[in-house]
Amino acid sequence: MAISKSEVEYIAKLARLKFTEEEIEAMSKELSKILDYVNKLNELDTENVEPTAHIVPIHNVFREDEVKPSMPREKVLMNAPFTEQGCFKVPKIIE
Amino acid sequence: MKYEAVIGLEVHAELLTDSKIFCGCSTKFGSEPNTQVCPVCLGLPGTLPVLNKKVVEYAVRAGLALNCTIANFSKMDRKNYFYPDLPKAYQISQYDLPLCSNGYIEIEVEGGTKRIGIKRIHIEEDAGKLLHEGTDGSLVDYNRAGVPLIEIVSEPDISTPEEAYQYLVKLKSILEYTEVSDCKMQEGSLRVDTNVSVRPVGTTDLGTKIELKNLNSFKAVQKALEYEIKRQIKVLEEGGTIVQETRRWNEAKGITEPMRTKEEAHDYRYFPEPDLVPIIVTEEWKEEIRKTLPEMPDAKRERFITQYGLPEYDAKVITSSKKMADFFEKCASNYHSPKIVSNWLMGEFARLLNDTGREIDEVPITPDMLIELLKLVDDNVISGSIAKTVFEEMFFTGKNPQIIVEEKGLRQIADEGELRRIVRKVIEENPKSVEDYKKGKEKALGFLVGQVMKETKGKANPQLTNQLLREELSK
Amino acid sequence: MELYSLTVHELKELLHKREVSAQEVTKSYLERIKEVEPKVDALVTITEEFALERAKVADEMIKKGEAKDLTGIPVIIKDNISTEGIRTTCSSKMLENYIPPYNATVVERLLNEGVVILGKSNLDEFAMGSSTENSAFKITKNPWDLSRVPGGSSGGSAVAVAADEAAFALGSDTGGSIRQPASLCGVVGMKPTYGLVSRYGLVAFASSLDQIGPFTKDVTDCAIVLNAIAGHDPLDSTSVKIEKPDYTSYLKEDIKGFRIGVAKEFFGAGIEEGVKETVEKAIKVFEDLGAEIIDISIPYVEYALPAYYIIASAEASSNLARYDGIRYGHIAKNYEDLVDMYMTSRSEGFGKEVKRRIMLGTYALSSGYYDAYYKKALKVRTLIKNDFERAFEKCDVIVGPTSPTVAFKIGERTNDPLAMYLADIYTVSVNIAGLPAISIPCGLSEGLPVGLQIIGKHFDEGRILNVAYAFEKAYKFDAKPQAIGGER
Repeated sequence: MAISKSEVEYIAKLARLKFTEEEIEAMSKELSKILDYVNKLNELDTENVEPTAHIVPIHNVFREDEVKPSMPREKVLMNAPFTEQGCFKVPKIIE
Repeated sequence: MKYEAVIGLEVHAELLTDSKIFCGCSTKFGSEPNTQVCPVCLGLPGTLPVLNKKVVEYAVRAGLALNCTIANFSKMDRKNYFYPDLPKAYQISQYDLPLCSNGYIEIEVEGGTKRIGIKRIHIEEDAGKLLHEGTDGSLVDYNRAGVPLIEIVSEPDISTPEEAYQYLVKLKSILEYTEVSDCKMQEGSLRVDTNVSVRPVGTTDLGTKIELKNLNSFKAVQKALEYEIKRQIKVLEEGGTIVQETRRWNEAKGITEPMRTKEEAHDYRYFPEPDLVPIIVTEEWKEEIRKTLPEMPDAKRERFITQYGLPEYDAKVITSSKKMADFFEKCASNYHSPKIVSNWLMGEFARLLNDTGREIDEVPITPDMLIELLKLVDDNVISGSIAKTVFEEMFFTGKNPQIIVEEKGLRQIADEGELRRIVRKVIEENPKSVEDYKKGKEKALGFLVGQVMKETKGKANPQLTNQLLREELSK
Repeated sequence: MELYSLTVHELKELLHKREVSAQEVTKSYLERIKEVEPKVDALVTITEEFALERAKVADEMIKKGEAKDLTGIPVIIKDNISTEGIRTTCSSKMLENYIPPYNATVVERLLNEGVVILGKSNLDEFAMGSSTENSAFKITKNPWDLSRVPGGSSGGSAVAVAADEAAFALGSDTGGSIRQPASLCGVVGMKPTYGLVSRYGLVAFASSLDQIGPFTKDVTDCAIVLNAIAGHDPLDSTSVKIEKPDYTSYLKEDIKGFRIGVAKEFFGAGIEEGVKETVEKAIKVFEDLGAEIIDISIPYVEYALPAYYIIASAEASSNLARYDGIRYGHIAKNYEDLVDMYMTSRSEGFGKEVKRRIMLGTYALSSGYYDAYYKKALKVRTLIKNDFERAFEKCDVIVGPTSPTVAFKIGERTNDPLAMYLADIYTVSVNIAGLPAISIPCGLSEGLPVGLQIIGKHFDEGRILNVAYAFEKAYKFDAKPQAIGGER
């Protein structure tokens, strides 16, 4: 199963990753190899098999609607590279 | 060729829970930026969501009020996309198994009612807010991130902008009635997106869909759709084709314009949220929630007609808002004439609310205060027109009507001696009108009454003024 | 005998009897760290000041008669577990300067027990790897042979215990990340049942597979630590509400009549002869103890690894999307606009293996491929789960090798991702099925430790500990890593 360079570029954009031409080439080869291996799964007929998203079958885990204290704003912002007016700052976005 | 429109509406409503959907932060509106944020809603590495039970109950309540089927088995999914207002770079939402589906709303159209299908209602988390003022970049406030939302998706059963408007009014009133959302568009707790396509009448294939954004009121939805339908028909008639896109309503210009999209590719990579377990709504739980449903607008309207003798029109207007209906009912049950109450609500009260853009529960007037005002009129303490002045004062200050009347000296002049003195003065100062009256011109009497009112700043008792004028003029 | 070479239960006795103080114990470990850390590079952060502060608190607790099992016991925490005020890097440039404002639930529980946190251990970046070579900061070395890897991704934690840098350590296991390094370093490592230990505060790699567990010097210590960290947490929706037993009550030598399953699939292609022989000898020990050895088959287990790579990568691609440099983490110096800021920051902040898995996961979830990959893998997951359920009708536990090989050379597999992935071939199926499993040392091959994996039914940690304890008593593994020296 080959994954083309243009597919790698599309996926990279979706994943917000940047690669050089060389890296794209290498990634295309590596992913193709991994997918070849993963395609082993196609040996199995799973037509009538239900998918398992949660291995432990529990349901209805809720919390009550109770307000708990939030974090002090200094702590909210403490790891941010750019802040202004109590907010996180990002490059200008035109909406 | 004649064209018809196919319209779909997506409504996001913030739920009225105290805390957020996945953490204990407050949902209060209007706080300082980033003060209602914790490690969970900030999406810090390692944090996990825990679903607020009330979010499920509110969504099911809305679903029941909108005649939906409630899913026995439902789950949460991740919708993946990058945007600064989305702290985890995925929104926890529902994809293939929403909580509610297959409902409907009935709206009134010419010659009867029309049923508009509701495809689904699902629960999800809101994103933060971007601010662009007073900075060279953009600023992110995550107070809103994690506020619970329901998204209500209509079937494309709506064929005119007017129907879209009616659908929204009805939907809002139902959500307000069930008390799951306060539906304040100006605070963003109710948001509307719409999509529209046109096709030649008689055909069944759907045309290319255009999404419309930036719709800040129901009227804006209606106007944007009107414009957009005309635009699309014109393009087609000129032999062009409609390009699939998102357009933005420009309120000032009254047009829709193409919009820059957030993400080039809409490949959201939905998958089941591994951090949250399935939701199972049993029959018992559903019935328990059903018991919490209040009387719905249509039922209340019928009851107001029979119980309070309101005209159909009044009943419809009053019950369109639960708050208005509750206010009415508290007044009407303590006052002899429900119709007078409804006149006040639909007249003076509605006008002031409309002018100030406020909701009925945001002004300091209580039902008791309105009754007190009406009784002042009944007891001839003030006239009907003075009552309007007093009401306006009550509306802005929350003062008791009695106190306003005393403070401003608005008590009616019903003292015969005092009023007769003023009447004589007016007759003396307006010989021309007196002459006209005597020649048989009834209109002149009206003018003289007006002069008395002017003299007394509106405080003269109208009946007595009339009576005394006639007496004095016939002398 | 130095304090640092003692087990948790030995230290506990000394501390409770007040024969030594927590401060003495802590100082002994801090000295040991200074001595061996330059050789093994197991730690990302050493919290000397905090440790001494905590030791004082522990001594105070002991003085007041409030001592608990782990009071005054020094621990090292894998650096993907959130520690308030202590840098939590995930061994990634992305989080090099990230200081969490909150504690993981397990850390909170350990601190309430009165533990002394000595530092944070190195790992494969974001727990993606099987050798601890994928760290942005350092390559951790195996104390048995410094030219070899310690396994991974919790290599730093495994080495910390093997080299006596801590009395015990915490790691996380998504596809074998506790058991495989435990095996390669000759220590005890357990991955509990999915849902037994809270994941709150564990920086997510693959949410449906991740589980925190202990590294210890013996099986008794494993039970003691499990007592402290297991149990329902309202902050983790997938944490299960069960009656938590006292795991030390399972530490019995008697396993007569136990049905021990041996699956041929765990001795398949790629297994080293020395590993095979050592494990077969271990099975003989069980037989001698009166257990019944039962041949079983788990036919779908060979599909666990490919299913794992899809599920884990898909979840990782979503879990790691939040690292964008806005709220925390690495941000690029130069960028053109918002999208470029995202792309540049992420590309600079993540290492090669992390990017590879994000790409694979994004691909598997992308439009048109979801059914073929992710959904398919979830279906295979069902088959594997059913497979184990059928096997457990015939036996109480399943034993086999933890890893097909002993510790391999540093650099040997770094250029071949698939060869590296095969290191997890015997461990991933356990995560796929959400089962508990332990790795205990069962001998040496070519002078390097071999691990024995014991797999149990859901929430049957007690049984696993019983079997492991019986083995440990019958087969005394007393070899010590020789490459680091020091008084043992």
